[in-house]
Amino acid sequence: METDTGSKEVLDHHYPSTLESVDQAESEILAAAGQAGFDEDGQHEIGMAVRECLVNAVVHGNRYNRNKRVHVKVRVEQVARFTIQITDEGEGFEMTEVPDPLHETNLLRHSGRGLFLMGAFMDDMKVQKAPAGGTEVTLVKLIGRGAMLA
Amino acid sequence: MSVKLNNRQVGDVTVLDVSGRITLGEGSSALRDALRDLAAKGNKKILLNLSDVTYIDSSGIGELVSGFTTVANQGGDLKLLGLTKRVKDLLQITKLYTVFDVHEDEAHAVRSFA
Repeated sequence: METDTGSKEVLDHHYPSTLESVDQAESEILAAAGQAGFDEDGQHEIGMAVRECLVNAVVHGNRYNRNKRVHVKVRVEQVARFTIQITDEGEGFEMTEVPDPLHETNLLRHSGRGLFLMGAFMDDMKVQKAPAGGTEVTLVKLIGRGAMLA
Repeated sequence: MSVKLNNRQVGDVTVLDVSGRITLGEGSSALRDALRDLAAKGNKKILLNLSDVTYIDSSGIGELVSGFTTVANQGGDLKLLGLTKRVKDLLQITKLYTVFDVHEDEAHAVRSFA
């Protein structure tokens, strides 16, 4: 669907809160990224970020509750931005309470790197409370830039 | 493809060959079980060969760290072999590259346990 702001919605789907959905949503987002012109490295970076985000939504947000859905929207904007919005129906969290995984006291923690990796692999990331509750994460990758970690 | 694991003995070093994807679910739990099993059996020199790992997520990184600490707590060493560029990049941005003893050559890695 093309909007009057020149952005085109290429994916708008609700997924059940399962790990199988993570694979499915990742695959569909990567297909859209390929169509938007991202090369293999760009798709890999988007894949890393969206997988972390989807896992967070399923595991920490919706806690595998099959009555709750993960909502994924992908837009390609005329200003060459590939924008992915992933929303869960969980209770939300405070970003300020998330420990810094790079702090020396946290380096050997088993978990807690997902949000950091999302930010590392994307050009922009915003985490906010969704209007209907839950957490809404917006991930942006600029189209036409080389791979960030190349 | 999920993860495949196979362990072999090179002298007194146990080499765990890993291939495929290490992601939350089947992949990460298989790696966790394999490392815990090796540690429980008293293996103190473990070389994790990641040269055929195509993808690893934060859950997979967590299993590497847990394996490292589990083996270290039992007086052993867990070292890494054959990181692809993407896995190496991941360990570098998470500041874990210098935590692990990383090798590119298996013979050299095996000798480093002595």
